[in-house]
Amino acid sequence: MQALKYARASSVDEAVQMLRDGGPNAKVLAGGTDIIVLARERRRKVELFVDIKHIAEVMALEYDATKGLTVGSATPLYRVYNDANILKHFPALTQSAHVIGGTAIQGRASLGGNLANSGPAGDSITAMMALNGTALIAGPGGRREVKIDEFCTGPGQNVLQAGEFIVSLHFPHPAAHSGSAWERFIPRNEMDIAVANSGTYLVLDGDVVTEARIALGAVGPKVFMVPVDSLVGKPLTDETIAAAGQAAKATATPIDDMRGSIKQRLHLSDILTQRTIRAAAERARA
Amino acid sequence: MTTTNSTHFVLSANINGERLEFLADERDSLLEALRERAGIRGPKEGCNNGNCGACSVLIEGVLVNSCLVMAAECQDANITTVEGLASPEGLSPLQQCFLEEAALQCGICTPGFLVASTALLEENPHPTEEEARFWLAGNLCRCTGYDKIIRAVLKAADQKDA
Repeated sequence: MQALKYARASSVDEAVQMLRDGGPNAKVLAGGTDIIVLARERRRKVELFVDIKHIAEVMALEYDATKGLTVGSATPLYRVYNDANILKHFPALTQSAHVIGGTAIQGRASLGGNLANSGPAGDSITAMMALNGTALIAGPGGRREVKIDEFCTGPGQNVLQAGEFIVSLHFPHPAAHSGSAWERFIPRNEMDIAVANSGTYLVLDGDVVTEARIALGAVGPKVFMVPVDSLVGKPLTDETIAAAGQAAKATATPIDDMRGSIKQRLHLSDILTQRTIRAAAERARA
Repeated sequence: MTTTNSTHFVLSANINGERLEFLADERDSLLEALRERAGIRGPKEGCNNGNCGACSVLIEGVLVNSCLVMAAECQDANITTVEGLASPEGLSPLQQCFLEEAALQCGICTPGFLVASTALLEENPHPTEEEARFWLAGNLCRCTGYDKIIRAVLKAADQKDA
């Protein structure tokens, strides 16, 4: 490991100050499951780790039937997927958190870390986008909020400015008669990175879709939202679901790599979108 | 900010029920501090990047890869390694099942599997085979093909009924 120092922040303001004093090679340490590897392999220059896990806001998990859900940026994934309120009201989040890495990774890794890495295949990111999440960011200029569907700007790139970090993630309470679902395709059962993933949130009025949010991952340079014109305001039928799948496929711009081909990923964009729509609709009707 | 090659600090933690204090470096992972500073060599270094699970330990009862935790994060933490599973009276029931089912060959992955399986049975005392395999997916074994390990874990779970 490169020579580095460790500091424990006890408040958001103290973390901001430590990051400011530490300069560009001061890095936030949340779960550490990515940054420690990057530092060890010298793919990132790190002179100081600022541990944010002793800040209450950053480790929060608060559900309120009117205010919605707030999850601290470093709250470990196992707490997210073991939470009964999240399973009941935000099941897309439970599904994605449960398959990121293995059990030992989930003991440390976090939604905030997954988002900050901004990987095009970030599993929880598409779930958080479908659920209309907002990231609360703190930095030298104070605090600001950014919608999660506008957070990632490219592969490994995002809106965070120097010295900024994610404090927490907020999700509005889902509407009545709504449902969410998330799925990914990998060639094995666990411990893999998505060939494609999809998160969907939708609201039904009888059979008519009144709102839909569909996000796709690993089929473009960043996670993105799928246009939902073919679905919203229309009854949920095989035809409108198929049209939404086609819209997803038409929006995807995947690459060929060791995990999958362009052809497979285009197909998966269609199929996973249709599946998450059907699963979300089933939950909306339940 | 100035950095030096050596920034030692005193790590004080409860390891396997015993309060230990020893010098570690701020750049040490928990795995390095356990093995090289404290002489606790049950946790193994396999991949050193979170893929293999040979370094699995419990921090506050939560399963983690000790190669992905900085030692400095563990000030005052409660840590359990494979050394903490047996009692003076003998092996834990899970360890005994590993022996009886021959759930090990070269043994490098075994400390990690034992710690991870202990955490599984704590969380879910009667896992299905699928649940056990899913939980242990982050622990790699290149000898046994996993079936014997899974049999040992499920046997230990069955014995919890008795």
